Amino acid sequence: MIEFLSALDQIMSVTHLTYLIAGVLVGLVVGIIPGLGGIAGMSLLLPFLYGMEPSVGLGMLMGLVAVIPTGDTFTSVLMGIPGSSSSQATVMDGFPLAKKGQAARALSAAFLSSMIGGVVGAIVLSVFILVARPVVLAFSSAELFMLTLLGLSVVAALSGGNVYKGLAACGFGLLVGAIGGAPATGEFRFTLDIDYLYDGIPLVVVGLGIFALPEIISLLVKNSAIASSPNKLGHGLKQGFKDVFANLPLVGKSSIFGSLIGAIPGLGGSVVDWMTYSFAINSSKDSSQFGKGDIRGVIAPESANNACASGSMIPTILFGVPGSGAAAVFLGGMLLLGIQPGVSMITTHLDLTYTIIWSLALANILGALFCICFTRPISLLTYIKFSVLTPIILTLILFAAYQATRSLGDFILLGVVAALGVMMKGANWPRPAFLIGFVLSSGAENYFFQSIQFYGYSWFLRPGVIAIAALIIVGFVLPPILKKRQQKNDVKAEPTPQETKKDNIVKTVSLADWGIIAIMSVCAIYALVNVWDSSMLTKAFPIIAIAIILFSVVMIVSKYIRVKHTRIPSDLTMNLIYIAGFFFIAYGYYLFGFITTTFVFSLLFLKFLAKASYLKSTTIAICLVIFLVTIGRVMNVDFPEGLFDPYLLSAIKTFI
Amino acid sequence: MKKLSKLLGVSVLTFGCLLALPTKAQDTELPSTINWTIPFGVGGGTDVWARFVAPHLTKSLPGNPTVVIKNQPGGGSITGTNLFFQRAKSNGEDILGTSASTLYPFMLGDKRVRYNFDKWIPLMASPTGGVVYVQPDLGVASANDITKLNGVTLPFGSQSPTGLELPVFLAFEMLGLDIKPVFGMKSRGAGRLAFERGEAKIDFQTSSAYLSSVVDLVDNKKAVPLFSLGILNNKGEIVRDPAFADLPTFEEVYFKKFGKQPSGMEYTAYKKFLAAGFAFQKVIFIPADTPNDIIQTYQKAVKQMLQDPAFIKDSEIQVGPYENIVGIDAAQYLSDAITVSPELYTWISDWLKTKFDYKL
Repeated sequence: MIEFLSALDQIMSVTHLTYLIAGVLVGLVVGIIPGLGGIAGMSLLLPFLYGMEPSVGLGMLMGLVAVIPTGDTFTSVLMGIPGSSSSQATVMDGFPLAKKGQAARALSAAFLSSMIGGVVGAIVLSVFILVARPVVLAFSSAELFMLTLLGLSVVAALSGGNVYKGLAACGFGLLVGAIGGAPATGEFRFTLDIDYLYDGIPLVVVGLGIFALPEIISLLVKNSAIASSPNKLGHGLKQGFKDVFANLPLVGKSSIFGSLIGAIPGLGGSVVDWMTYSFAINSSKDSSQFGKGDIRGVIAPESANNACASGSMIPTILFGVPGSGAAAVFLGGMLLLGIQPGVSMITTHLDLTYTIIWSLALANILGALFCICFTRPISLLTYIKFSVLTPIILTLILFAAYQATRSLGDFILLGVVAALGVMMKGANWPRPAFLIGFVLSSGAENYFFQSIQFYGYSWFLRPGVIAIAALIIVGFVLPPILKKRQQKNDVKAEPTPQETKKDNIVKTVSLADWGIIAIMSVCAIYALVNVWDSSMLTKAFPIIAIAIILFSVVMIVSKYIRVKHTRIPSDLTMNLIYIAGFFFIAYGYYLFGFITTTFVFSLLFLKFLAKASYLKSTTIAICLVIFLVTIGRVMNVDFPEGLFDPYLLSAIKTFI
Repeated sequence: MKKLSKLLGVSVLTFGCLLALPTKAQDTELPSTINWTIPFGVGGGTDVWARFVAPHLTKSLPGNPTVVIKNQPGGGSITGTNLFFQRAKSNGEDILGTSASTLYPFMLGDKRVRYNFDKWIPLMASPTGGVVYVQPDLGVASANDITKLNGVTLPFGSQSPTGLELPVFLAFEMLGLDIKPVFGMKSRGAGRLAFERGEAKIDFQTSSAYLSSVVDLVDNKKAVPLFSLGILNNKGEIVRDPAFADLPTFEEVYFKKFGKQPSGMEYTAYKKFLAAGFAFQKVIFIPADTPNDIIQTYQKAVKQMLQDPAFIKDSEIQVGPYENIVGIDAAQYLSDAITVSPELYTWISDWLKTKFDYKL
């Protein structure tokens, strides 16, 4: 208890607060810029860190790590670009809200939820850390496997009425996630002898390709502002706060769930937002607005991801095993400060642990307050004609994707995933199902084989396993089924016009549907042939994924044949032309140099396609260049140099 | 060979310069910013090591240039190292930091490897040791009871057959232990967690991780240390690890159990991968075609750094009580350590195939 209060006293000192705020500001900036994250923030803070007083250094680091899931909400809501992997679910409803002209509402609700989530996380952490050791150790590979299943069961809620489409997408995600080294043997699968694929596909690129690019393309096709409804900004902020208070139970549950999932090493923060998102769907009476701009779809994941960042400190501090990417960065910082994680953190160094926790709570509050201050001016972006924003957003997306592995492969893959993304968006396939399958693929496979190797086949009798299995059935599988049955009964009793309309939507088929089916089947069959000769442990998991895909595809096709579907036209060709255009531009960025192309492309695009004035076009283009050069210098970020960038940069250097 | 002659040249030149023009070497100007490529992610072992060395390096280099760490992760360090091989400037601006997972794929002929150590000169190598420990419920109090482990299946959480655990697997096999490898651990830390959960019966950690995380377990009777891997002394012999002076080396345990020294292809392979992975755990490289005076400036700075009490103190905490290898010694030992004879290569690839069903 003494440590608890003395730590509070310590962080309230001017030095500590100053560094904490510095950490928060850096964390917000790297959070807001998509593609950057804890890693870029670290490289900015590290020169200061070495030789610092440990408690002050920890405060600064904590400030950085805690607010990244707060700042990344901006691009998720305003532009549909998931700022980092922990805010992918926020895009689902946050961006539609922005399109309705309610960006400020979505953002303020998100920030307030983030703040509450972070503080709840810190409280959970301060109590739980003293007893967490045995609890964390109770989660063996078998329980971790069940948790990945829990994550996968979310697909049921996210499939939006068509279970087989959801299953197929999820299976395809599992298969794509299996690219690279097989965890049980170290053998490589589906690499096509391309170096890029040996490591598997980076999540950032998949997230950007499946969500952000398709949204941009469809907005570009329409070419209006992001917000299509009239300006309602004035009420937005307050409305957002009200929404949070109206949904406090959801915030509380999501926060606690988020911090507990974060506390278990091995699952990672990238699914917790989806889990709470589907939880929000299941627990609400009217879930028809989810995916179209339901504020609860923003509140749940945003409460969870900040709480998760807090929870992930438990394995980091207690075991030296980081629970997430940001936590790994934090761990590195701890080691540099000369602090060893382990039991000593709750015995001899308990004061440091409490410093971490207090800093965490304070950083969450400060971060959210800063963001709320900026909400109104930044939300105005959504009222700008979209074509003016296009070069900025495209540059940001390419920038973010390139940070994944810093090779041309990032751009190519982004385009390929985006092609799948536009088709899935057009034909109304659940894109989150694909993403969840992808994210959980390696964990599911790895923990499955590990539990068999450690426990034989008796692992599914472990009490923890049975408990999680029950949770899956009660929490995630039953609700959508029950709800559907109830809806059916309602429909029988009184078919509302809305319901009949919904039925119509289900029974359509477009060229994009057939395209997706073809792509999935071809990939599945190719993968089957490719993996057939490998050893059992290498091929078992991909074969399961392939079986899921083929089964679902057969079910979907048989439905198309049995039940008469109206053939609707799709704007597939149009979209694919845009994708081709994207490849062309992305290659330009790589070939001619990122910064040079940003300048030339934005200038030309704004002048001739967006029909902006010379002054406006030049200003935007120059601002973008300044932005890129600055973060390049300050944060040691690399860009593709290409043919012209070295000249441009040396010119800028002499100019300054 | 080319590298050795180059080295000879460098050393003769150093000597010449020292004799004839003592001031000349000091005039060498280094770039104001040095890019230190680390082919691993931020926060990993090699990254933390580099970030701890970097400020000391700045301090020791003339003109105190800024040392910027460039993380380029991917392919277990192959991606970043390949890029460095293709792009590094040879004007003293670019240096590289590597780890065992950079050397092993090269030695095992991974087809993704496009780098070649002939083109680089090692400036400094930081060694590490490692300790093997088991669950206390096996009834083993020390390595003296190793016969009690005969016929006991010991699950061991491991990253991959060709990772840092490779020599450890060889040691286990020579000792006749029945090891059941469970692959797919994300890091050695994840392996330790499996041990703490009681899933793994045997585990192994490098020195710094052992000191920070396992000593506590041993004190609380949750782990029993068996043996250390020892370290190579400057005659190339394996001796007791100064960090764990009371633990026997693998060789001692082997002698105790079988009454003879370990030998044969298996032991050759063990020693080879032990030297490369542990004695050269972390290495700083500079492109060999960097002008000689710049290389000398670096070598001098590194030597100076190693004598700096502040560095020694920090190094004790971050790396352990090991002596860093520098200069010509480093180059000589390294080229010995990573040269795998065709005979040994065939043996190791057969062994990986039969033991783990892993194709090289």
